[in-house]
Amino acid sequence: MDTHLLEVESLSKRFGGFVALDDIALAVAAGERVGLIGPNGSGKSTLVNCLCGALANDGGTVRFAGRDLAGLGAHARTRIGMARTFQLPRPFASMTVLDNVRVPLLYAAGAQRRPALRDAEIAARCEEFLTLVGLAAAAPRYPRDLTQVEMRKLELARALAAQPRLLFADEPMAGLSHAEVDDIVALLIALNARGITVILIEHIMRAVMRFSERLVVLVSGRKIADGRPEDVVRDRAVEEAYLGR
Amino acid sequence: MPGWAFVAVSCAVAAMVFAAVHLAGNDYVFVAGYTVLQFVVLATAWNILGGYTGYVNFGTAAFFALGAYASVFFHKFYPLPVPVLCAIGAAVSGVVGLGMGYLTLRLRGAFFSIATLALAVVLQTLVVNWNYVGGARGAYVIRPADTALFHVPYIQYLFLIMLALAVGAVATARMIERSKLGYGFAAIRDDELAAEASGVPTLQLKLVATTLSGAMMGMAGAPFPYYNGYLQPSSAFALEYAVNAIAMPMIGGTTSWVGPLAGAVLLGTLQQVVTVTFSAALNLLIVGALLVGFVIVAPNGLIGLWQRLGPVLVGFTQTKPSSPGLTGRSSNHEPGDTVLPGQAGQ
Repeated sequence: MDTHLLEVESLSKRFGGFVALDDIALAVAAGERVGLIGPNGSGKSTLVNCLCGALANDGGTVRFAGRDLAGLGAHARTRIGMARTFQLPRPFASMTVLDNVRVPLLYAAGAQRRPALRDAEIAARCEEFLTLVGLAAAAPRYPRDLTQVEMRKLELARALAAQPRLLFADEPMAGLSHAEVDDIVALLIALNARGITVILIEHIMRAVMRFSERLVVLVSGRKIADGRPEDVVRDRAVEEAYLGR
Repeated sequence: MPGWAFVAVSCAVAAMVFAAVHLAGNDYVFVAGYTVLQFVVLATAWNILGGYTGYVNFGTAAFFALGAYASVFFHKFYPLPVPVLCAIGAAVSGVVGLGMGYLTLRLRGAFFSIATLALAVVLQTLVVNWNYVGGARGAYVIRPADTALFHVPYIQYLFLIMLALAVGAVATARMIERSKLGYGFAAIRDDELAAEASGVPTLQLKLVATTLSGAMMGMAGAPFPYYNGYLQPSSAFALEYAVNAIAMPMIGGTTSWVGPLAGAVLLGTLQQVVTVTFSAALNLLIVGALLVGFVIVAPNGLIGLWQRLGPVLVGFTQTKPSSPGLTGRSSNHEPGDTVLPGQAGQ
């Protein structure tokens, strides 16, 4: 049995009496493109928060590259290779776009025991990440001057700068136009081609179907489907709960 | 300008300041200057936790007083030279800063600030009831007329020590600002959740900020009993320390080492002038009025005003802020955000 990059077993999370996640099991292999869908309130963002360490899960185990993540804080999980973007972009408002990318480069990627990079080299590498997402021209600007799609790209650039093996993209296309959605999907596919495993949480089915090699469906904190996208969208339970027919 | 060059230039400026004050021919200028320099250190120390990291500390007096009382303790137990007492004051307040950080840093925004205020009150109560250092009666510290070496008048010696501490504090703040640590602090200030997701160990860095800030405040407090000759809780824990330590960086600008320095020099000098012309009681009124005025008109302090109006006055097009990455909150920044920056990320 191949070891998967991410192994989640019996993950559960409750907020007081409300069960947000109920016995979630998930295994993601390295290099996969996984789509995670489900109605609002189904626990998708809670799942991402638990896996990334922003929230502590109440039960179950999470293993990344064979290592149990129990007790590891969010910053430590980013350093070992799990990056995430936020549903509502959270840029560092007082810093330029370049410096926004510099922070994860210094703190997440820098933790990989490399000799300290000099300032010019760091700036050059930040520019590389910005060029990858198409924000090179915006480097000296401030986040408040960016458009919505540019802010989403900045989120991705910041996640990239942490040099992750696994990326959680939490609704990166919400509120974007048709063309902008295609832009982001192309970007995510390009990142995957570079060897990053991507888990995409989205509502826009067009984007999800184009992007995913595998589809996971969450409803009311439970996983109700997990398989090839063509099969999952035809599943009766998924239709009833989410897609609607 | 590299770090060592900055220190060299600062030492040269400090030497000029000392020479200028010496030329004034009046010992009172040393007395007033000591207080201004003390506020430079306190304002710079506060800004490391408040301006850079975004956690507003109302308990400056506690750390300052701990440094002062550590000196009194050793004066009674085994007298030590003032520079050594500065190191001890820094160590004591640094450890307390670390402890306070550990207890309070899981709190955000206003709750953290209230906890720091509570700490100051608790410490004052403990000291008032500690007889060895004089308790409520206070403690006298008889200082020598001049130093053993070179026979420098004692007040000038204290002025020199505080000058050295000020240079050290400002140089440290500048070094932090441009370093990886400075970027980590700024990330925490801007959005703590995003900072964590970017790999910044926020709790560790916040503890570094509280320890460093506390240590610098304790270091500023250590010579105080020798300066005053007498130390009592109500003066060591006075409101003016907490208020000034916040007002000076906010008036000068919290995003850079220049802000606390400018704020302390301007506001401190103003307060000293008012003390000898009108009344010392007016000082807090002035600080309050200036603080309200600046928060409304210039929320980014003098640095912000300079960035906005400087290019207009000089006639050039808008230039990039001097410290890339850590300056440059815009002129349309909400005034309310500056007061409790720790809440920005919630």
